[in-house]
Amino acid sequence: MNLAATPFIAPSIDWFSIAPMLILLGGGLVLLVAASLTPAWPKHLYSLSTIALAVATIVVTCIQWGRISDSGPRFVIGDALAYDHFSMFGIIVVCVALILVSLITDDFVRRESMDGPEIYGLYIMAVIGAIVMIMSNDLIVLFLGLETLSIAFYVLAASNRRRAESQEAGIKYFVLGGFSSAFFLYGVALIYGGTGSTNFGRIVASFDFVPLHRSDSMVLVGVALLLIGLSFKVAAVPFHFWAPDVYQGSPTPVTAFFASVGKMAAFAAMLRVLVIALPSWKDDWRPVVWIIAILTLVIGSISAVVQTNVKRMLAYSSISHAGFILIGVEAAGHAGGSSADRGGMPGTMLYLLIYAVLVVGTFAIVSVVGRTGDAATDLGSFRGLARQKPLLALALTVFLLAQAGVPLTSGFIAKFGVIQAAVEQHSYALAIVAMVSAVIAAFLYLRILISVWLADPEAGDDARETVRVPVSTAIAIGFCVAFTLYVGFNPGWFIGLSETVVNVASPAFGG
Amino acid sequence: MSAATFAEEGVAASGFPLLTALVLVPVLGAVLVASMSKRRPEWIKLTAILFSVFTGAISVWMLASFKTADAGFQFVSKHEWISKWGISWHLGVDGISLFLVVLTGVLFPLAIVGVDPHHDEKPYLAWLLLLEAGVMGSFLSLDLFLFFVFFEIVLVPMYFLIGGWGHGKRVYAATKFFLYTMIGSAFMLVGIAATVLLAKNSLGRITFDLVELANDSNFAASTARWLFFAFAIAFAVKVPMFPLHTWLPDAHTEAPTAGSVVLAGVMLKLGTYGFLRFGLYLFPQAARNSRAIFLTLAVIGILYGAIAATMQKDLKRLVAYSSIAHLGFIVLGTFAMTSQSISGGVLQMINHGVSTGALFLLVGMIYERRHTREISALKGIQSVAPVFAAAFTLVMLSSIGVPGLNGFVGEFLVLIGSFLTARWWTVVAASGVILAALYLLWAYQRVFHGEPDEDNKSFAELKWKEGMVLLPFIAAIVFCGVYPKPMLDRIQPSVNALISHISDKTGYVEPQPASTSQEAHP
Repeated sequence: MNLAATPFIAPSIDWFSIAPMLILLGGGLVLLVAASLTPAWPKHLYSLSTIALAVATIVVTCIQWGRISDSGPRFVIGDALAYDHFSMFGIIVVCVALILVSLITDDFVRRESMDGPEIYGLYIMAVIGAIVMIMSNDLIVLFLGLETLSIAFYVLAASNRRRAESQEAGIKYFVLGGFSSAFFLYGVALIYGGTGSTNFGRIVASFDFVPLHRSDSMVLVGVALLLIGLSFKVAAVPFHFWAPDVYQGSPTPVTAFFASVGKMAAFAAMLRVLVIALPSWKDDWRPVVWIIAILTLVIGSISAVVQTNVKRMLAYSSISHAGFILIGVEAAGHAGGSSADRGGMPGTMLYLLIYAVLVVGTFAIVSVVGRTGDAATDLGSFRGLARQKPLLALALTVFLLAQAGVPLTSGFIAKFGVIQAAVEQHSYALAIVAMVSAVIAAFLYLRILISVWLADPEAGDDARETVRVPVSTAIAIGFCVAFTLYVGFNPGWFIGLSETVVNVASPAFGG
Repeated sequence: MSAATFAEEGVAASGFPLLTALVLVPVLGAVLVASMSKRRPEWIKLTAILFSVFTGAISVWMLASFKTADAGFQFVSKHEWISKWGISWHLGVDGISLFLVVLTGVLFPLAIVGVDPHHDEKPYLAWLLLLEAGVMGSFLSLDLFLFFVFFEIVLVPMYFLIGGWGHGKRVYAATKFFLYTMIGSAFMLVGIAATVLLAKNSLGRITFDLVELANDSNFAASTARWLFFAFAIAFAVKVPMFPLHTWLPDAHTEAPTAGSVVLAGVMLKLGTYGFLRFGLYLFPQAARNSRAIFLTLAVIGILYGAIAATMQKDLKRLVAYSSIAHLGFIVLGTFAMTSQSISGGVLQMINHGVSTGALFLLVGMIYERRHTREISALKGIQSVAPVFAAAFTLVMLSSIGVPGLNGFVGEFLVLIGSFLTARWWTVVAASGVILAALYLLWAYQRVFHGEPDEDNKSFAELKWKEGMVLLPFIAAIVFCGVYPKPMLDRIQPSVNALISHISDKTGYVEPQPASTSQEAHP
């Protein structure tokens, strides 16, 4: 293409469509600047202002949701971003996660005497990156979002300067994350070479008019490299090795943030790239996703069982959850983003919403049980929790049973959604492997519950610091429990909400 | 939350929503018990008893107003639940589930009154009441999704009951129980999703409604076979059928007495009931095609359970293995697919619940007195506690299947019914009846006969309260043994309807015994 000859024309910018990003960016910068110029703010204020920003973003997103319902999805800013229900759903999920994580962080940073605006600023930057990824309609834009998110994540992982494990987690995440970004970028370059564009619409269109064979090796290698990069971000086997170390070493609220916002952004990006940009190559990437999903499910749940550190267990459990979400991606791949997709995309998005709340709730409890120093996260630290804090133990029980997929909790609805989607596409083997590995994973949750409820007290238990549940953490946990049970009993509204995401602004299907 | 709306709609639709109340009253009781102050244990116990008795009273009232000759589902309550996925709150009861529901309603108050957990009464009672709600819901659900929800949710209270109030290797047993059953359910969940989505082709809509699916769906024979197996694995684990039974002896032995009573009394029946309600009803052709497998496994279970029971040193483990044998008879009757054999199987579900429930209570009483269940440590109890021994004898004879007591009626019906369609399996299975006499009488002889040694001299006689708990069991044992007609009158119409459903769907012709056909054409 004769790019050199084309004069650069700045695209017109629909400011309202990117309002969520603008609010967070402006607010985040003001927060950082103001906080560094003024003496330490009274307690709760940093997190409260972050929460206010997230709430404002959610309100704007809801207004946008209504407008999209009226006028339909479209592309904005020179086709670089997609303005559709899929984006809005994703933005709401990351903002809800931001609110919940800020609530936990507030107590955490004061217990560890590291209060300050930095951690919140990094959260906000990461969420902006996540939103860019979720909305992206161009591989380069997606990469920008990915890097914004990742760099904030690296720093967050290392943000507890007093713990060597935290530093280690930051370095590990940085080095391996750098590799995966490189893979991704190389994939982008090859796709550009093969199809002549990085824009999703033109990639799809190239399949029709560029005289290009589907088995064009350059594009295929590009697809493979993109898949590797994204699999790394979602921590799918065999690209999962960073996750246990990073989850364990990072400050616990940050781990919750990785597991909720990180998963949401990475899976949204994966759906955008695979289902929306590359549906023409779906017969090539679907089998790969199928294999990765099976490996992720089985290896994730089996390795979780042998761990003794709860944060590590939950890291592996998040890997096995990623396997479940990949089932939804695989199912969505069958329909290739067309409106024939009844379960894949909605199932994936619903799972991500439910999992985000669930995982933040779980880590909130791990965070308070971690006590001062954030180090008491082995199974033994949970011993006798039921006697000390029966309500907290009950909340943890709800979260863990939900993660195991026990009915009348949101976790069951999430699992059933993707299983239904897989069965609809006749992926029976995948569905059965998933359910069986869910049973293996259930053993891991039972191990934690045994420690909480059934283990006999041991000598020295009384000498441990008592577990305190500060107000804001209690609010977060209470919300997560209520949500988990409410969705378990009455999921109708959320299912309806998730079904709207199939109306993506999609170049191939009349967006 | 949603409870209120269900109740309101139910009143408008069909009078008092009996079945919804059966599920929700224990839940309410559990919530109330859980929120009460720990300092007044007697109030907590009283609340739990009141709620379980109330649930039992509702179930008895339902039994009284049940229309005897009606084969269809009665007291149906149906409300939309997750309409996006075609899931509804659909409860109903027919002759097959009627007595299981009543048994559940009656067994729980007796287990709550008759057994003392010794510590942490509050959570114990809350879990028991939740368990009751789950079991009730499983027997009443006429929606595949709803059934799965209840079928799976019963694991949680049972897990905590075994793990928290059990004996010995309680955590191991509880975990094993949970994971085994969950593996079975994993297949069933995929099976349910596949059934519903494949039925969409012939139904034109997505629905989890059992009745609609059973009547209107058509599956290719090869598809139906896989779907049937997906359901069957879950039920076979629950029954449990050989070779998926290994969780049962552990769970039974380590569970607290109330847990064992409930587990043997009603929870195992979720499996056999599931075969009837979801296996045979939804996939009649597939069930017929694979009957040889299930008949064989049932017969193996009968013999294996009996032989293993003979060799046990622990009295409770002996009763646990005897359950495997008894449930083998029920599966035999189910897959023999004659009206008599299935009716006998349904009756046997109740009988086994009553007699094995009572046996577990008695073994629990022995354990309370002696803190051991080792057969070799017990001796000569008959001479120090004759009334206790008499009660044990009666219950044991009912379990053996002695004529005049309830066990005989069910086993006999199963055997004569099965003889028509599964002759050689029945011949082998009949030897299980003799083996039952062998292991139980031998155990009785070792525990109760002879001169008591030092440790057993002070074995206390049956207490007044214990006698009152046992009395309903003994009354049921004798009543059903002497006069089973009222039960059969209610069971048989629904069983016949099931058989004619199978005939309509598969062209199956139920063979008639020679004598019956002579009566029909005099």
